[in-house]
Amino acid sequence: MSTRAEKRSWTTRTREIAVGAMPPERLLPDEQPSYVASWIYVFGVLTIAALIMIVLSGVVLALKGPAWWHYTGIGHFINSVHLWAVELFFFVMVVHLWGKYWMAAWRGGRTRTWMTGAVCFLIAVPTAFTGYLSQQNFDAQWIATQAKDGINATGAGAFFNVLNFGQMYSYHILLLPVAVVALVIWHVLLVRRHGVVPPFPVFAAAPGPQSTPPAPQSTLPAPQPPPDPPQPPPAPPQPQAKP
Amino acid sequence: MTRVSKAELDEAARSWNGPYRPYDLVKEFVVALSVVAAIVIVAAALFSSPDDAPVTIAQWARQAPVDFVTTAVAELDGSSQVATYGPPYNHNGTAQHTLFIRPEKWLGVSHPVNTSQDYVIAPLATIPNDPAVQAAVSTWSGATSDQQTKWTDGYTKGIGTGNTLPAKLPPGDYGPVPTMMTALLNLAQSGGLDGALLTSRQFFQTDYTKPLLFMSDSTAMYFAGLGQAQHLLGTQWGMMNETGSYPGQVWLWLYTFWYQVKPIGSSANADLIVFEIMAVLSLLFICIPLLPGVRSIPRWVPLYKLIWRNHYRELRSSSGPP
Amino acid sequence: MAWGHRRLSVETVLLGAIINLNHPAHVVHWHFFQMSLANLVVIVVMIVVFAAAIALPFPTHGRGGS
Repeated sequence: MSTRAEKRSWTTRTREIAVGAMPPERLLPDEQPSYVASWIYVFGVLTIAALIMIVLSGVVLALKGPAWWHYTGIGHFINSVHLWAVELFFFVMVVHLWGKYWMAAWRGGRTRTWMTGAVCFLIAVPTAFTGYLSQQNFDAQWIATQAKDGINATGAGAFFNVLNFGQMYSYHILLLPVAVVALVIWHVLLVRRHGVVPPFPVFAAAPGPQSTPPAPQSTLPAPQPPPDPPQPPPAPPQPQAKP
Repeated sequence: MTRVSKAELDEAARSWNGPYRPYDLVKEFVVALSVVAAIVIVAAALFSSPDDAPVTIAQWARQAPVDFVTTAVAELDGSSQVATYGPPYNHNGTAQHTLFIRPEKWLGVSHPVNTSQDYVIAPLATIPNDPAVQAAVSTWSGATSDQQTKWTDGYTKGIGTGNTLPAKLPPGDYGPVPTMMTALLNLAQSGGLDGALLTSRQFFQTDYTKPLLFMSDSTAMYFAGLGQAQHLLGTQWGMMNETGSYPGQVWLWLYTFWYQVKPIGSSANADLIVFEIMAVLSLLFICIPLLPGVRSIPRWVPLYKLIWRNHYRELRSSSGPP
Repeated sequence: MAWGHRRLSVETVLLGAIINLNHPAHVVHWHFFQMSLANLVVIVVMIVVFAAAIALPFPTHGRGGS
């Protein structure tokens, strides 16, 4: 229990709000609902893993500068790792998206989880696009001269010049990856907060225990105590002997 | 199955009071990272990545001199695609629009390109010790625009459409244009024009707007021919493609699809129309949880019964016969 | 039309492609639809992987981790 002085402290209040919203056992649980039992569930973490490979290989490319990979074998290999990580990232992200759609994973207050994921995909597309523009080869020249028409038509060409390598490189190695990573973090925190969406319920004609919608809870349920053993039915009243 | 409301379904999904089982998330993450790293490293080792060398103006001028000169003449007399583009490069063209929506016009000319000045006059001015070229430039600048057009039209016809420039032009009045174009071609073939287009503002450069616009303006499709050979043209669904046989930006399939739909793709406002369609679809995609019908398809098409078959099997066996 | 393939050093070749994909793409045509073979392979494999992810049994029985 915090003292009055601690209650006025912004630090204490921030910590209490954060820990209240996301206690450690919710942030990093060591158990999952029993219905989470399908390979489709691994595609979220595969997307994060692919993003990590993109960032790691991208950091090496950024450390050495944009021309390095054209002139050394190891640089070309790191560039190849970066490219295939991007292909794999979109591959697993879209399979994850398909899975979440067919599970209607936005149910039960998870609309923001879906939306952050969708926006993340939509921002990953220009992140990749600016990467293609940063290649400094024929493909980059081609994509720039083609894409300029589409982007100019929207008016965005006035402040987003695909023919300007310096600008596109800055967007690619800093601005857009920060946006993608921030959205991924928000998305994962929302998944941890609301939990993995339960299956569609089965409502039988005669309601049984599994068909009653559970009462909404905002925290993980406490461990269930073992059910009481069934009580024997009360003995029927014995006929009273007449005096 | 009894009819249930969306609200009841939503309430049922809010939390889970059923059984849990131990699950090691950190181990799952480490395994996933290892698998992904292995796949990516093996793919990089097996297939590498494409790296077709960039085209230079020098290379263009050497490999297709007639195309280069024809394009330079079009830039000089203001008849090229870039010269008549409109915003954001100049005011000489009609901006794309749909109904009253004219964003290209609203945002204005933000990257001004004066094609005759930037691609011909200014680079020629950098050639030292050549009074004939400077005199030709003065003659051009002092002529009326009608006279200039007569010279350039005649010159374009005179050089023809072959692969090499004719040793001698047919008789005609070309004014200073042959002198200017010969000097510009020599400058380009030596590599000087690549640099001149970049360093026109300051020493350090990262902005390739001018040389890229110039190359993409190629009237005989030198640059476009290179793209076509790699299946990168818009009509070839090129937005999705990569040079060589590599997979490209497969996720752009729907964006390039609309360009293949004739009334859209052949419109003068195609780019804006396609963007507007994709902006609306993207917004709808984000808002799927709010869209009646679309959000209910997963319930109507019960793929979920496969995904959660273990769970439904356990429910059936736990409810069991009375 | 040769517009200048970069000459590769030995180390580039060694660290480079074992399977060379630097040749013109095979393109699949169907009515007005065209797609490079590489892209088509990616899409087909995605669908196969999605179907497999749903169909294949996932190990449970109280074990931790996948």
